Amino acid sequence: MLSLALLFLGGLIAIVFRRRVGLAQSFGQIGAISGSALGLFAAIRVLIDGGVQQVSAAWPMPGGGLHLQVDALSAFFLLPVFGLSVVTGVYGRSYLAGRGEGSAATWFHLNLLTAAMALVITAHDGLLFLLAWEIMALSPFFLVIFDDRTASVRHAAWTYLAATHLGTVFLLVLFVLVGGLAGTSDFSGYAAVLRDNPALSSAVFLLAVAGFGSKAGIVPAHVWLPEAHPVAPSHASALMSGAMIKVGIYGLLRILTLLGPPPTWWGWLLIAIGASTGVVGILYAVAQHDLKRLLAYSSVENIGIILLGIGVGLLGLAEGTVTLAVIGFAAGLLHVLNHAMFKGLLFLGAGAVQHAAHSLELDRLGGLLKRMPWTGAAFLIGAAAIVGLPPLNGFVGEYLLFYAGFFGLVQAPVNVGVAGLIVLVAMGLISGLAAACFAKAFGIVFLGTARSREAEEAHESPGPMRWAVAILALLCVAIGAAAPLAVSALAGVVATATGLPPAGVRASLASVANPLGAAVVVFAVMVVVAALVWALRAWRLRRMGIRRAPVWGCGFQQPTSRMQYTASSFAQPLTTQFRLFVRNREILIPPSGYFPAASSYASDSGDPFLRLLFAPSFRWFSRVISRMNVVQPGHIHVYVLYLAATLVALLIWASL
Amino acid sequence: MQNHWFVSPVCALLLAPLLLGIVNRTKAFVAGRRGPPLLQPYWDVAKCLRRGAVYGNATSRVFRLGPVVNLASLAAGLLILPFGGIAAAASFPGDLIVLVGLFALGRFAIVLAALDTGSSFEGMGASREVHFAALAEPALLVALATLVRVTGVFSLTPVYGAITIATWAHALPTLALVAVTFLVLELVENTRIPVDDPTTHLELTMIHEVMVLDHSGPDLAYIQYAAALKMWMLGSLFVGLVVPVRSGNPWLDGGAALLGMAVLAVAVGMVESAMARYRLVQVPQFIVGAATLSAVAFIVFLV
Repeated sequence: MLSLALLFLGGLIAIVFRRRVGLAQSFGQIGAISGSALGLFAAIRVLIDGGVQQVSAAWPMPGGGLHLQVDALSAFFLLPVFGLSVVTGVYGRSYLAGRGEGSAATWFHLNLLTAAMALVITAHDGLLFLLAWEIMALSPFFLVIFDDRTASVRHAAWTYLAATHLGTVFLLVLFVLVGGLAGTSDFSGYAAVLRDNPALSSAVFLLAVAGFGSKAGIVPAHVWLPEAHPVAPSHASALMSGAMIKVGIYGLLRILTLLGPPPTWWGWLLIAIGASTGVVGILYAVAQHDLKRLLAYSSVENIGIILLGIGVGLLGLAEGTVTLAVIGFAAGLLHVLNHAMFKGLLFLGAGAVQHAAHSLELDRLGGLLKRMPWTGAAFLIGAAAIVGLPPLNGFVGEYLLFYAGFFGLVQAPVNVGVAGLIVLVAMGLISGLAAACFAKAFGIVFLGTARSREAEEAHESPGPMRWAVAILALLCVAIGAAAPLAVSALAGVVATATGLPPAGVRASLASVANPLGAAVVVFAVMVVVAALVWALRAWRLRRMGIRRAPVWGCGFQQPTSRMQYTASSFAQPLTTQFRLFVRNREILIPPSGYFPAASSYASDSGDPFLRLLFAPSFRWFSRVISRMNVVQPGHIHVYVLYLAATLVALLIWASL
Repeated sequence: MQNHWFVSPVCALLLAPLLLGIVNRTKAFVAGRRGPPLLQPYWDVAKCLRRGAVYGNATSRVFRLGPVVNLASLAAGLLILPFGGIAAAASFPGDLIVLVGLFALGRFAIVLAALDTGSSFEGMGASREVHFAALAEPALLVALATLVRVTGVFSLTPVYGAITIATWAHALPTLALVAVTFLVLELVENTRIPVDDPTTHLELTMIHEVMVLDHSGPDLAYIQYAAALKMWMLGSLFVGLVVPVRSGNPWLDGGAALLGMAVLAVAVGMVESAMARYRLVQVPQFIVGAATLSAVAFIVFLV
């Protein structure tokens, strides 16, 4: 059943190969939607039935096996992959309309990416996993380089390629190491070697954190996200940010299921990484001027939240506190799904903005809510959800994490208590800063008045693009309203991820689902109160009337839209306070003299990690590597000589 | 105690504006003026409700929804907020997270409404509000976390039910430090001196007031009433802690808490009379300092 879905997807991708045909768009779209929808149903069925689906086949290549397996954990991660793929499939066609032949290639790589992600998630064999991983890592390169005539786009694509391969190195070491010891590349074989070997387990854990973490975007390996996401087509960014970086999280969780019992420091390591990734990510997000860059940094933040949840879960496992472990993992997992929804929504919304106003520069937008009411309303829901405001889905995930923090506080062991406090402080800071960030993103783009002519002439996006964002917005609301159900439904997944008995997991989840039910009632009361208050207001105003007037300008009568507060001025107090982390470069030419002439101010929020850490080390690296040029003179006969020499050397070695 | 669930919300809904009246009266008394009547905040709300509204040219529906969402989120918060020893209507593990979330929702709505005007002043106020809130939220969480560690439960009603004189004797320095944090938050979150001056008349220095410059009519009434409610809610977190009267008799417990609220209002008035405003750049230090106090309190309790 599952492989059918995969093959279906794969077969349809091939059709997309027919580039020049004008039908490429249609085939790409149908392939994406039908294949993913089928996969989605398969995944949901596995989740409901609770069983494990397996497919094995002969493998023509040495050293591996075609062994696919879908358990609850895989099925859960297939949800954002296939779900978002359906939505981006709906969205993509209108978005790509008029982009010419590049769009066919985009469809091809997009579907390839989906298929590769699904393969990574279902692979039960080291070699197959690595192979799929590499396809998954490469296809976004071609999506990022969509607009390949611009130098900055090519730069972004290379940054992505370098970053993703740095991560793959760790994974290669991991799988070669474990595979060598186990003598098989099948995951079941891995578990056998790793279970009773704490030292090896720890080494594998560190390799997995480094390798999968760089894919997910932990600090400082996050630098490729803000480069790659803004330049890719928006539905590709949505898929990459909503689903692909989660595959990194999946990899980490999958490896964790193979390892022995976790020591305490694993949990602490992930808590530390999660907290710093979350805070740094959202701080940089606040400072951005470009909508998609801002969203990309916010993805870094959300990966931090997910890792914080998993870290708390590991700590709970290590300390034997089952409820803490269950809630921690549940928080991380639920946030994976939630983030796919609202970040997908926000990236698609950003794409609609770019489509309509031809800019993503925050300070060239404004007032779009009146021109794009549907997209704007959906974007508002997405923004409120990502901030973690009740009663939306973001709140449910963060509630679990806060709950885990408070639950840790009341436990006897001091280190669990301190971990609880750290989680609470980090989450408090992150959610406060996220509120600032998304008040800015939504407020500057959609509220106020237009800051440029393009924004003034913006139009609502075509139907399918509106439906795509509307579906995701509805999902955000639905998960929020059905919070207790959503949390209880995680039982099977959490049991698979932690290896705890399902009955205990269910009981622990019920202990947090029941309070969530009460919280939902409180929110229902809130909605009723809001409706009453709104009705009172409407009744009063119908009697008393409404007037329109210019806003208060302190007596100034000719305000222009450029006098509105800008994105940079909105963020300035925060960036100044956290200047230790956010190194904005500012160029100020202040007005001077009695009749000031030209004055200007510019600020640039580059990433210090890229500027101060990676750029110098890569320069050093390329200096060293360029010495090797000596052996590459560029003459074919020299290379033939190399071949011959190698062959001779091999023959001698073989005969020894 | 179960059947007194209505006490906390009813008291808050009826008496919250009175708190502002007491603050203003205290300030006037210290300054040697007669001051406005105690019930003036009620009249202000009533007057605004009777007026029509004037809307800025740029505003959209977000501007109109802001005050409504803000008021509704605070009103819903009353359901889980205990009043001294009197239990709240709803109590469940983790309800403090819901309270923090509702505060955040209300603030987000007001900030977006301010940005919707397209006015530079309101943008400025919104920017300051989100900045200080981003620091105040961890401070509130640390303070609550410390109380949770002390009492061993994590739901507001049992936490406050467990704060008795015996608890104070057991963890005196910790609870005192937490109380200071709550007091600072009461000042920070409710636009009081030394953070923000509710009576200032210079837009460039305002925080909360400048965000609501363009609201009028019923919207302004909602905002004023919601501000009073918020002051009441954060105040009752403080009073519930420092007035540990837990006799089980609702009249006694409620009366003590009400008295505590009145004393708190007088104290806020005295602070406002005695202190000048901090410069805006010093406000973050004030908030972070308050959070640090609670973190210290937490560590003190651990060792």
